[in-house]
Amino acid sequence: MNKIMSFSMALLAATALAGGTLLYAASRDYISIVGSSTVYPFATVVAEQFGKTTRFKTPKIESTGSGGGLKLFCAGIGVEHPDIANSSRRIKRSEVETCRKNGVKEITEVKVGYDGIVISNAKSAPQMKLTRKDLYLALAKDIPSGQGETLITNPHKTWKDVNPSLPKVKIEVLGPPPTSGTRDAFSELVMEAGCDKYEFIKAMAKTDKDRYKAICMGVREDGAYIEAGENDVLIVKKLEANPDALGIFGFSFLDQNTDKIQGSIIDGAEATFENIADGTYPVSRPLYVYVKKAHVGTIPGIREFISEFTSEKAWGPEGYLIDKGLIPMPDDERKKFSTDAKMLNNLAL
Amino acid sequence: MNSMNNGMGPVEHGTRNLLIQARLKRRYFTEKVFQLLGILAIVTAMAMLGVLFVTIIGKGYRAFQQTFIRLEVFFDRVEIDPLGTGERDVLSRADYGLLVKNAMRDVFPYVTERREKRELYAVVSSGAAFQLREMVMSDPGIIGSRQAVWVLADDDVDMYIKGVFEEGGGRLSERQVLWVQDLMSRGDLRKRLNTAFFTKGDSREPELAGIGGAVVGSLYTMTVTLLLSFPLGVATAVYLEEFAPRNFFTDIIEVNINNLAAVPSIVFGLLGLAVYLNFFGLPRSAPLVGGLVLTLMTLPTIIIASRASLQAVPPSIRQGALGVGASQMQSVLHHVLPLALPGMLTGTIIGMARALGETAPLLMIGMVAFIVDIPAGIMDKATVLPVQIYLWADSPERAFLERTSAAIIVLLAFLLLMNGLAVVLRKKFEQRW
Repeated sequence: MNKIMSFSMALLAATALAGGTLLYAASRDYISIVGSSTVYPFATVVAEQFGKTTRFKTPKIESTGSGGGLKLFCAGIGVEHPDIANSSRRIKRSEVETCRKNGVKEITEVKVGYDGIVISNAKSAPQMKLTRKDLYLALAKDIPSGQGETLITNPHKTWKDVNPSLPKVKIEVLGPPPTSGTRDAFSELVMEAGCDKYEFIKAMAKTDKDRYKAICMGVREDGAYIEAGENDVLIVKKLEANPDALGIFGFSFLDQNTDKIQGSIIDGAEATFENIADGTYPVSRPLYVYVKKAHVGTIPGIREFISEFTSEKAWGPEGYLIDKGLIPMPDDERKKFSTDAKMLNNLAL
Repeated sequence: MNSMNNGMGPVEHGTRNLLIQARLKRRYFTEKVFQLLGILAIVTAMAMLGVLFVTIIGKGYRAFQQTFIRLEVFFDRVEIDPLGTGERDVLSRADYGLLVKNAMRDVFPYVTERREKRELYAVVSSGAAFQLREMVMSDPGIIGSRQAVWVLADDDVDMYIKGVFEEGGGRLSERQVLWVQDLMSRGDLRKRLNTAFFTKGDSREPELAGIGGAVVGSLYTMTVTLLLSFPLGVATAVYLEEFAPRNFFTDIIEVNINNLAAVPSIVFGLLGLAVYLNFFGLPRSAPLVGGLVLTLMTLPTIIIASRASLQAVPPSIRQGALGVGASQMQSVLHHVLPLALPGMLTGTIIGMARALGETAPLLMIGMVAFIVDIPAGIMDKATVLPVQIYLWADSPERAFLERTSAAIIVLLAFLLLMNGLAVVLRKKFEQRW
């Protein structure tokens, strides 16, 4: 009988545990942040600094990707929904619409800085001098045939085929999958820019947008472009092992591994901190943080967290975020967004 | 005919013998080949395991040591508490980074140029300031005194000292390399045991990051899982095996349980998201929800193992109990269950070991997150060991590489411990009939 007793006691305890949680009082005393894996390394540094220097708890940050994060962010108002969303692209009109439908009417947009996308190879190989057109011709699925306004399946095998001034090395590029924000930015900043060099395709952007997108952003599937997953550490390792391959990833990974890999020169500009900051290096994108205004005042510390993020010691030209690889905005832009953050100005698309 | 037969006999016999021998040889040969293949398979598996262990331990052992720098820090009253109030609020808000910078400048007084100074300060970890603050907070009496403090070096310095960079100083500038070598020759820079790795929570500074938070999170999650899945699993197994009638309905249940054991773990995560978070409104990232989800995952394993060990109890024991007048329940609780319990425990431990290494289902319920504070309970935000490994593996800083391997070593140690416990329990309580 003793055993039955202890047995049923255990069961009872288990059900009580499960049941008790249903009555769990709705409260949360820490900030919940979701979103882009590109902003994650920066947001986490701010969160840690914030947790250590203020009386507030350290915010929780989930790396869900920009799209996934904004979806969670827009799901509604209340402690079970996140307070802040990080994004490596601007919020879309459709997402703002979803937000509004779910009661998230007021959002503050804060641009926090820039991130460069680099095309790198191993240091043991010669540095590549590429143009965006070269990259487009090397990676697009279909390219202009060169005679009239016709397209052919990409025939290029080596970089020399693309541009005679490049070495005779097999085209092999490791890059992010289509679900990644880095890939979106690469498609837009490199592939589209490269394909705009052809007038007849550029004209298509106005007449037949879908076809334009398909031509410009369609990436080869014959093995020249290798989807290497979201893990940039892995790409760096693979580049080291294969000096012929190029890799596409965020500037911070190049910055941390300068003894192993080097950034290619794109359109004459080297992928250095200074060149990305002043805009000479063409492949960079803005990073954003979105704040749910309805939660300010309910969840403690949101205002203070944002003011930490937008302080000069964090995002200024000599701030700690810069040490982590963030590219700072120019002075006037920083000023504008720090006032936006302070006043919690509403997002205007 | 007869004589011919007699004449042919031995010859025929001889050829048959030869035939048999040849075939026998072939059979022995194939058996040898088969055994050889088996040994080869084991050797290959062991070699791969060996490679795994060697690479992980080879990289990971370095994280158990960390580079420290000895600084003569002057706890200047003017900087910390100029009014001499002694209030904790004032003490906590003082600029301890400045004290570290002053101490570094005292060591290298010739560094004056702004850019150079920045490089000099970068040799010491940003965690040094927090370390000084903790010292003052725990003993305000040291204000005004001069103390020798071992503070953490920056992760780039640590990597340089451990010889990770392939060429020269890696991310360190030439000046920084000279300073580091200077400190080392004076005996003010040394590798010491890294206890913070086991006690601290996550951090974005590799030298400050520890697995303490993840271990505590894993502990809470596993406790919830054990408390729920063991009683539920055993009760289910006992009822199905000892009491339930055999009919269509129980057959369906049995098929479903066996199926559930093979469902990919991410599916349980999706289920957890839909049921626990969206329907019951439990908090995201809480060990409670993680435990509930992992319970769903381990339940089938426990039920199947428990039923198997109940089946292994000979019917004679049940019949004996019933024969002397015990009720069905008495025979189960007093005789069958104690005999089956070691097997059930083994199954539970193996199920728990699997749950300990799981990340996929936790992704969906928000436990894959950057969490610095060490969780205080099952409702607090938390992460678990394998998730910590996953997050570190994806970090750009080189120093996280060795931390990733070190965390894997810790996880493997826990798994080894649990599986070892299962073996010991089986050996100790196993009954043979």
